[in-house]
Amino acid sequence: MKKTLITTTALIALGTAAAAEEVHVYNWSDYIDEELLTKFEEETGIDLVYDVFDSNELLETKMLAGGSGYDVVVPTGTFLQRQIAAGAFQKLDKSQLPNIENMWDVISERTEVYDPGSEYSVNYMWGTTGLGVNTAKVAEVLGEDAPVDSLSLIFDPANIEKLSECGVQVLDAPTEMIPAALTYAGWEDPDDHSQEALDKAEEVLSAIRPHVQKFHSSEYINALANGDICVAFGWSGDILQARDRAAEADNGVEVEYHIPKEGALMWFDQMAIPTDAPNPEAAHKFLNFIMDAQNMAAASNYVYYANGNKASQEFLAEDVIGDPAIYPDEETLDNLYTVTPFGPKEQRLLTRMWTRVKSGT
Amino acid sequence: MRRLVLILVPYLWLLCLFLIPFVIVMKISLSDVALSIPPYTPQLDLSAGWQGIRDFFAELDFENFAFLTTDDLYWKAYLSSLQIAAISTVLTLLVGFPIAYAMAQSPDEWRPTLMMLVILPFWTSFLIRVYSWMGILANEGVLNQVLLWLGIIDSPLQILNTKTAVYIGIVYTYLPFMILPIYAALERLDGSLLEAAEDLGCSRISAFWLVTVPLSKNGVIAGCFLVFIPAVGEFVIPSLLGGSKTLMIGKVLWEEFFSNRDWPVASAVAVILLLILVIPIVLFQRQEQKQREAEGT
Repeated sequence: MKKTLITTTALIALGTAAAAEEVHVYNWSDYIDEELLTKFEEETGIDLVYDVFDSNELLETKMLAGGSGYDVVVPTGTFLQRQIAAGAFQKLDKSQLPNIENMWDVISERTEVYDPGSEYSVNYMWGTTGLGVNTAKVAEVLGEDAPVDSLSLIFDPANIEKLSECGVQVLDAPTEMIPAALTYAGWEDPDDHSQEALDKAEEVLSAIRPHVQKFHSSEYINALANGDICVAFGWSGDILQARDRAAEADNGVEVEYHIPKEGALMWFDQMAIPTDAPNPEAAHKFLNFIMDAQNMAAASNYVYYANGNKASQEFLAEDVIGDPAIYPDEETLDNLYTVTPFGPKEQRLLTRMWTRVKSGT
Repeated sequence: MRRLVLILVPYLWLLCLFLIPFVIVMKISLSDVALSIPPYTPQLDLSAGWQGIRDFFAELDFENFAFLTTDDLYWKAYLSSLQIAAISTVLTLLVGFPIAYAMAQSPDEWRPTLMMLVILPFWTSFLIRVYSWMGILANEGVLNQVLLWLGIIDSPLQILNTKTAVYIGIVYTYLPFMILPIYAALERLDGSLLEAAEDLGCSRISAFWLVTVPLSKNGVIAGCFLVFIPAVGEFVIPSLLGGSKTLMIGKVLWEEFFSNRDWPVASAVAVILLLILVIPIVLFQRQEQKQREAEGT
């Protein structure tokens, strides 16, 4: 609602001062401290039109259709790589981005696979995919020694069958679920795209399918916070938001986020400028603004996701930088893996397999 | 001249809102997928002149339609969508007809208010209304809380994320589309016909079946079409209220378009869906017309 309001206000502003410069930003929902948007407008005098999306597929379709009208978009690494190949983005002009020196090499080294040399993108936030647990309910069902930090919590049919009485939801994203299933099965490379790997993952996922209440990529935030479900396999920041919503509602629900000890997927949301951006100069100004250490810290403090900005770390709140669920320690970090995009043929097999897992057809 | 304009307007309407979009979708369904903007080839290159147009047509083929026959997912999804739409249409009719009948029977001064009540839900966004059903039907939702409190059930009913929730959602959303045409037909119904039937010895019930139902037939048919056609392609209601087992063609189309990024196959699915809907309707209307002509002579 707030976002609509901002967009509307911006549109009204456009009506009254048609000459004012504009920049159109398309970012994930619930992913920024909105005060930053006002601050950007005050500092630069550019009107900021901020829209949100909730799936990479939606963003990618807009990018591939062309003429989206956006100046800055935020795809996840694997999607970014494919969109660069399709010619959707323009190279960044680093001379317009003095704040790029704030970026954290640990993260930019890992994003090299998607965007070698960071030619087209800079990191916005990153996180992991793991387990959201309603501690009390899980203990009630599985006992105090429930394996809450292990993939066996949801991938072991014996566990999930019991948990299904209090509700389990997992992401409706095969590119997240398959690496996790392969990791659980002890497969060597969680990023294996071969038919054998897909078959193995299908076997693991089909076994737990009858006990999954829903495959969905955003509903679990509210469902966890309200106590409708007791376990979710989802994105770190979303689960931490569920934790905070439950705490604010004071409804007796306590949510915890655990990075699976077997290893977890690490993903990166990257800011990039579309080839046909109407105002690339303002887009660069926005990127530079976000890469400012204090601004980036404000965004992370608000959304509970880690960022790829080294300089921002001194401004981060203690419950962000000090929380190993957000900024994992060295050992956990080594245990995180990254994945690469599926090619068109592989993608079709993947989607088909995912439909088979979900619907039994 | 006047006649020409009168004929031209509906044809222009059809051309702009049906034929041109259909030709575009049809054209994409004959193309091949590519990693580019837009993500399919070939593109019509008019600068190459006649040769460009010939090359363009040479590259089109029916490969994507052939592909749809290789996997049983597609026809299963079509059948499942038709079934869900058919059941929902019958349910909507069962709920909608009595409401329309009661509205038509009510005193004249009440009718505008009743009409208002039917239309009122449209003033709230469709999405918000479907979301509120999620709140009602959830395990910890309003409905289960009330039933538990009344002692009718011991443990929450699993309604959300099942087909039942999809039926509830479709019936709720499309109910006004069923009520309004039936009401329009019933309102025009001449009361003296019913009196005549009763004078001639009909009971009130048989008068209802012999007079009211046949005369409201056109309203019922219009209402059923208005519910059935959008329900077949429905995507929002099954994805919000239905579980992952609810297989519908709208969802399959979404996945082809967004997850597989395969616009050509997605377009082929859409073309077939259109044919599945349009052909029976055209046949039905032709049949109706023949019948009318037969009655007329």
